[in-house]
Amino acid sequence: MSLLTYREALKSALSEEIERDENVFILGEEVAQYNGAYKITEGLWKRFGDKRVVDTPISEAGFIGMGIGAAMLGLRPVMELMFWSFAYVAFDQIINNAGCIRYMSGGLVNLPIVIRGPANGGTNVGATHSHTPENILATNPGLKVVVPATAYDAKGLMKTAIRDNDPVLVMENTLLYGEKWEVPDGEYLIPLGVADIKRNGTDITIIAHGRAVLTSLKAAELLAAEHDINAEVVDLRSIRPLDEETILNSVRKTHRALVVEENKPFCSVGTQIAATLQENVFDELDAPVGRLSATDAPAIYSPPLEKKQLPDPQRVIAKVLQIC
Amino acid sequence: METLADSYADAAINSQLTKEEKIGFLREMFRIRRFEQTSLKYYNLGKMGGFLHLYSGQEAVALGTISLLGENDHVITAYRDHGHALAVGMDPKSCMAELFGKATGCSKGKGGSMHFFAPDKNYWGGHGIVGGQTPLAAGIAFALKYKGLRGCCLCYLGDGAINQGPFHEALNLVALFKLPAIYIIENNGYSMGTSQQRSSAFRDSLAQRADAYNMAWDVFKGEDLYEVRAKTQIAIDRAYHESEPTLLEIQTYRYYGHSVADANAKKYRKPEEIEKYKTQHDPLRIWTQHLLDEAIITEAEVEELDREAKEESNAAVQFAEESPFPEEREILTDIYWEVDHQTDAAKYGRYFFNS
Repeated sequence: MSLLTYREALKSALSEEIERDENVFILGEEVAQYNGAYKITEGLWKRFGDKRVVDTPISEAGFIGMGIGAAMLGLRPVMELMFWSFAYVAFDQIINNAGCIRYMSGGLVNLPIVIRGPANGGTNVGATHSHTPENILATNPGLKVVVPATAYDAKGLMKTAIRDNDPVLVMENTLLYGEKWEVPDGEYLIPLGVADIKRNGTDITIIAHGRAVLTSLKAAELLAAEHDINAEVVDLRSIRPLDEETILNSVRKTHRALVVEENKPFCSVGTQIAATLQENVFDELDAPVGRLSATDAPAIYSPPLEKKQLPDPQRVIAKVLQIC
Repeated sequence: METLADSYADAAINSQLTKEEKIGFLREMFRIRRFEQTSLKYYNLGKMGGFLHLYSGQEAVALGTISLLGENDHVITAYRDHGHALAVGMDPKSCMAELFGKATGCSKGKGGSMHFFAPDKNYWGGHGIVGGQTPLAAGIAFALKYKGLRGCCLCYLGDGAINQGPFHEALNLVALFKLPAIYIIENNGYSMGTSQQRSSAFRDSLAQRADAYNMAWDVFKGEDLYEVRAKTQIAIDRAYHESEPTLLEIQTYRYYGHSVADANAKKYRKPEEIEKYKTQHDPLRIWTQHLLDEAIITEAEVEELDREAKEESNAAVQFAEESPFPEEREILTDIYWEVDHQTDAAKYGRYFFNS
C-alpha cells in the first residue's frame, strides 16, 4: 500500500491503461503540454507522446464528438473535461451520440469511451463552473455514471471504466484531488455497480456519493461520539448501474435512512434513492427517508455562503437527529 | 468544341469505368429513386411513423461520391440517409423494414428513417440532429490516422447544418489535426423551409467558409455523376496522400419537402422551380442521356433497369409487411454492450429502473 492523492491515483490508472492497450488515448484541453489544468495528466505527454495524449482546442462539442467517432472504429478515448460543467455545450454529443447510437443502430455499434473531469461546487467559481450533472446524465439509458469519493475508488473505477465497452462518465472532485488515501501498489479493478460500506453502523444508513461520503463519515464520527448514534455510511460509487442491494440490505438492518448529496434536490440522485427505498423497504422503515442536498439555488460565489450551500457534517447531524 | 461534361467524362477516374460499371450506376440511381417513391407511398398509407426525408433529386451526390470509395473509407450522414445507405450497399429490404418499424429492420426497428447504420459497410449513420454527425466524422478520420490506415471519411450534411456550432468545431479540428475527412454540403437550397439567402451569411458560396480554417474547398454541381466523381476524387486524393481535409459544396435539389410532413413544401418553392429541376437537372435523366449518347445502353434496357428497381422496392415492402414487429422485450436490449453480452462487467448493480 502507498499513500496516494486522488490525483496521483487517477494518473496511475490512466498511465497503466495507456500502457496496457494501444487503443487507449487521452483527449482534452491542456491535457498534454500544459500537464492538465488540474494536473491529473501531469507527465503523461512527456512519457507517452503526441499520439497518446492529445491537446484539443477549447471545443467540447467538437472534441467529445471526435472521441465518440474515433470509438466507432475501435479506439478507446479517455476525454477530459476541465469541468463537467463544460459538458453542457456538448450535451448533444454525449446524450444523443454517445448515449443513443447503440440503441438506434439496433446494437450494431458500441462506444467504449470515458469522459472524465471534476463535477463539484465549493470552490467559489460561480454557478457556471459548479454543476454536478450526475443525475441529469444518469437519467439517460445508454450512459454509465460513476462518482469516486476516495483515491482507492478513483483508481479502481477509472481502470474499469476504460476497459468497459460502453460510455462511462467519471465525475471527480477538485476538492479531493490533493487528499490522500491508502492505495494498493499492484493493479486492481473495482466493478461498476458495486456500492461500498465505508462505515459499519446499526442505527441509521447514510447513503451518499462523491465528496458527500466524506462529509457523512465525519458526521458519523461526531454522531457516535456526541449522540451515541452508530451510523452506517454507504458510498454508492456508481450511480448507474446502481447497487440497490447494498442500500436495501443496509436499511433493512438500520431501519432508518438519510440520503446526502451535493446534487441539487429536484430529480436528484437522492430522489431516486428515496423512491427505491419506499418501493422496496417501506415496511422496514421506522421513519421517513431523510434527504440532504445542496441548497436549491445556482451555486453562489461568496465563499462563506457557498460553504453553507453544500452539505456539511453539522447539517448531516441535524438531519440524522430528526430521523433517529 | 469539347464540353465541360466531356472533360469530366475524360477525368482518369471516369475514363477507366467499364460499360458494366456505368450501367451499374444507373441501376443504383433507379434503386434509390424507386425506394424513395415506394416509401412515400406507404408512408402516406400510414404504414410508418415519424418523419420521412426523401432523397429524390439528389441521387448523383450519394452515388457519385460513394462509388469512389475503397476498403478503408467511411461514410456518415444526416437524417436524409436512405440514398447513402443504398449506395453503400445496404439491403433495401432491411431499410424498408426499418421504416415500417419491424424487427427485421437494419436497426431492428429501433432507429427509424433517420437512423440507418451498417458498420460492416463502413456506414456510421443516419443522424437526426442537424450537424450532430460532423464531429463524429472528425473522429472516424482521427481513428484512420491513429491506426495508420490510408482512407477517408465522407461526411454529408445539408446546407442548413452549416450554421451549427459543432460543424465549425469539426472543421477546425480536422484542419488543425490534418485529418482525412471530406465534408460534403449537399446544398439543396433550403434549410427546411428557409432559403439559403434567408439562413446563411456568405459571399460567393457556403464552402468558402473553409478558407477561414485554411482548408481546401470546392463547389460544383451534383446532377452529373461524371462531374461529382471527378471533383470528389480530388478531395479523396488529398485525404489519401496529404492527410488533409476538404469541404465540398455540391449543388443539388430535392423534389419533395424537407420531410413528407413539411406542410409548406409547395409554398416556399414555386412549382415551376421544382419542374425545372425535374426536367433539366435530374441526375437519372442526365446519366441516362450519357449512356445513350455513348451507345452503351438502349432505351429498352433503361426501362428494364427501372422496372427491376420498382420490383425490388415492391419486394422490400412485401418483406417489411410480412415481418413481425419487435417483441416488447426488445425495448430493453441494445442499450449497453456489456448487458447485451452478459459479461462480468454487467453482473453488478441495476441498469434499468422500471418499476
